[in-house]
Amino acid sequence: MTDFLNIALLFIQYTVMTPSVRLQEMIRVIRSARTQGEERGIIQRECADIRSQFRQGDNGERSHSLAKLLYVHMLGYPAHFGQMECVRLIASPRYSEKRIGYLGAMMLLDEKQDASLLITNSIKNDLSHSSQYVQSLALCTLACMGSAEMCRDLAPEIERLLRASHSYIKKKATLCAVHIIRKVPELAELFTPSARTLLSEKNHGVLHGAVVLITELCERNPDTLVQFRKAVPELVQIMKGLVTSSYSPEHNVAGISDPFLQVRILRLLRILGHNNDTASDAMNDLLAQVATNTDSSKTAGSAVLYETVLTIMDINSESGLRVLAVNILGRFLLNNDRNIRYISMTSLQKIVQTDHNAVQRHRGTIVDCLKDQDTSVKRRALELSLALVSAVNIRSMMKELLIFLSVCPPELRSQTASGIFNAAERYSPSKRWHIDTILHVLTTAGGDVRDETVPNLIQLITTASELHCYTVHKLYRALIKDIAQQSLVQVACWCIGEYGDLLLKGECEEIEPVQVTEDDILDALETVLQSHMSSPATRGFALTATMKLSTRITDNVDRIRSIVSIYGSCIDLELQQRAVEYNALFKKYDHMRAAVLERMPVMDKNSPGHTNGDTSGEIKEPDTSKPKPVEAGLLSEPASQVCDLLDLLGGTDTPLQPSPAPTSTPTTTSSADLLDLLGGLEIKPVPTVSVYEKNGLSLKIQCDKQTETEVTVTLIASNSTQNDITNFTLQAAVPKSVQLQMKAPSGNVIPAHGLGQVTQTVLLNNPNKVSLKMRIRVAYSNQGAMHQDTVQIDSFPSAACQPSFSPL
Amino acid sequence: MMHFLLLFSRQGKLRLQKWFLPLPERERKKIVKDMTTMVLARKPRTCNFLHWKDLKIVYKRYASLYFCCALENQDNELMALETLHRYVELLDKYFGNVCELDIIFNFEKAYFILDELLMGGEIQETSKLSIVKSIEASDMLQETMEEYMSKPAF
Repeated sequence: MTDFLNIALLFIQYTVMTPSVRLQEMIRVIRSARTQGEERGIIQRECADIRSQFRQGDNGERSHSLAKLLYVHMLGYPAHFGQMECVRLIASPRYSEKRIGYLGAMMLLDEKQDASLLITNSIKNDLSHSSQYVQSLALCTLACMGSAEMCRDLAPEIERLLRASHSYIKKKATLCAVHIIRKVPELAELFTPSARTLLSEKNHGVLHGAVVLITELCERNPDTLVQFRKAVPELVQIMKGLVTSSYSPEHNVAGISDPFLQVRILRLLRILGHNNDTASDAMNDLLAQVATNTDSSKTAGSAVLYETVLTIMDINSESGLRVLAVNILGRFLLNNDRNIRYISMTSLQKIVQTDHNAVQRHRGTIVDCLKDQDTSVKRRALELSLALVSAVNIRSMMKELLIFLSVCPPELRSQTASGIFNAAERYSPSKRWHIDTILHVLTTAGGDVRDETVPNLIQLITTASELHCYTVHKLYRALIKDIAQQSLVQVACWCIGEYGDLLLKGECEEIEPVQVTEDDILDALETVLQSHMSSPATRGFALTATMKLSTRITDNVDRIRSIVSIYGSCIDLELQQRAVEYNALFKKYDHMRAAVLERMPVMDKNSPGHTNGDTSGEIKEPDTSKPKPVEAGLLSEPASQVCDLLDLLGGTDTPLQPSPAPTSTPTTTSSADLLDLLGGLEIKPVPTVSVYEKNGLSLKIQCDKQTETEVTVTLIASNSTQNDITNFTLQAAVPKSVQLQMKAPSGNVIPAHGLGQVTQTVLLNNPNKVSLKMRIRVAYSNQGAMHQDTVQIDSFPSAACQPSFSPL
Repeated sequence: MMHFLLLFSRQGKLRLQKWFLPLPERERKKIVKDMTTMVLARKPRTCNFLHWKDLKIVYKRYASLYFCCALENQDNELMALETLHRYVELLDKYFGNVCELDIIFNFEKAYFILDELLMGGEIQETSKLSIVKSIEASDMLQETMEEYMSKPAF
């Protein structure tokens, strides 16, 4: 019954009542709609009504209709048919119509609509209207949605208003000028003279606008900035007036006199004092005064203090002032208001590099903030804590960070884990501590660590030879407890495979002895192999580890043999290939199995790309060995052979070094030896042939045949002069039928005294098998002089091109 | 400079939107959706600042309405909180114990008041008294004109 009544009422409302249903009435009707569909129906009817109202022309109802349309627009319905109406209403002489017309323009028109240009003329007229409220409408609209053309058109008007009018209009004209400058930067010069004089205004609104305008001018033009530096004393005077003035109720906010203006002036002072001693000196006293006298019990005061601190840190302030600023931030950290704690940490983050010691003093409080409820605060505290880790506090900080890792929200875990790795990398007091820490992270948050963690950890473990026994025991225990964390499992499998003999020994100084039998170990590895939780990579690790144990255990070799042969028919291609190869190792090459599976040599951590992956990338790997040539992204043949071998033996999925022991002779010979063992494959270390030697620059090439038609040529440039060679570039040309692809060079600076090299790889495809020739042009600068030269390579020594090694 | 200012209810219904940058309609709708989702998801005792793209979002809840604005990097967040508070005080002065319904049914007045406080994304007047006087004067101008034309206001 009530439904019928409602529908009847609605019906009456829309057919019987006068078309000028008041705005508020319409709003009430729309809100009473019970479903989305009902609302849509009402809106449709209203819009139809509004449209017919617009068509009727001037009947005194137009402003009501536009107002209704604006409400409908806010609900999310299309309202573009009202754009022209806005234009018409703006041109009307009636204030009420203008008011709603301008509001409609700000809501419905933006600079992309064509209709916006049509209001330019109305705005121009209204800017000179007798009523300041009409002028104000025009100014406000221009500052809100004025396009670049409109701004260009009306800039002179605005400039005039800046100078000649009443403060109500002046303040608005000032902000309009700011908008114009943002839209059309070239017009900045037009407003610069007036901006200066505006600083002597008494009215706070105008003063505020003036400061905003000057800030905008200075930020855009360094010359203007220099000009306005002369205004620093005046600004300081104004600030002093605000800080020391008697109570002014009109501008007072929680005991601070006009904090809005204070904050803007401080921001302008920051820009003017930056990198300039004179200006900075002129404001030192003021900043000290504001910093000490401002009451920060309410937000307004804290806002002013915050801005003051930012200013102090960004100009050339004296050290006493800086300490004062950091102490204010420290005080903020203890504030009950969470917002203030948050911004304090954001600010500390900005200065932790430059004023490290000062921030260190507040480390305790920062670490406490890790326990805050708010995730944003936690995040800030984490970043700051990681920045504060140093050799001195590493143990205590790591304790806190590890606790944090176990309870932190999931979105922060990956960042925490990498931060911990970085810190451990730089400051670990001992290898054992380092390994323990990494293991702890892997057990707690193994799923959130980066991919490089596994090879990095393995490399770390190999270097800590005295801890092999300890490490493998710890890993074994972690493995039998839980095999869900893939990175942990991978490392554990690798270690067990490598150091299984130590595991069997049972005793180890730092762990309680536990008897582990060969069966136990093989059980553990088999569990990993069979578990559905193990990723394919992990199973690869486990299989290889099982294989390696065949030389380290004595009784259960048959069990290993059977495991390996089972996986020979595994669906996973990688596992199958491995199993087949291992099988072959058992059957045909059993005599060399021991040598193939023997202990890995200690791996070198060399290239920069090898760090424990941290986003901030602050770490510079100390170059422990003598300076090696930096080879980014280059794989020369023997190196890739070494990698393949590692793959066969070490079970690491990712090639450990993109630029491995750059073909240094010891590695090559050992790989050659092993290859000899594998019987009958000629591999000679690829020779480097020198092709050019002049003025201290020497160029060598290495070439390798990839397939019948593809050749990889590596060009190596070195510099034996006293000075660095810079802007080094190579260009190459080859006979017509040969295709050439040049890879990016490793760099374009060749250090002097032969301390470094630049390498560049060139891929050649020679489908017609013509005789290979190449012409190379080198260009470089040395001691300020430009050099250019060409070298022709007529024959690529055939001995240098060897068939490449392909694994079993 | 402020990029935009939004008012929305606890159910995510938009009550006021002021944009200080030219953005296409679709973009604006998306931003409104993002803001409402983000802000409404915040737990009660968390800080009032968020990061979104390269902007700082400052929001504050007053009764059933969320006031939310977006700032650039150099802007002072605490001052933005004061600005939002100033706006609420002005609304309160104008409507007398303002509530959400006042803003719903008199949205155009809420805009007029905002246009006296902010312009081009910046504060234009720091004296509450001055703003209140200007609004009263403009309303008077409108009413006198309307009385003269013997037609009611909206």
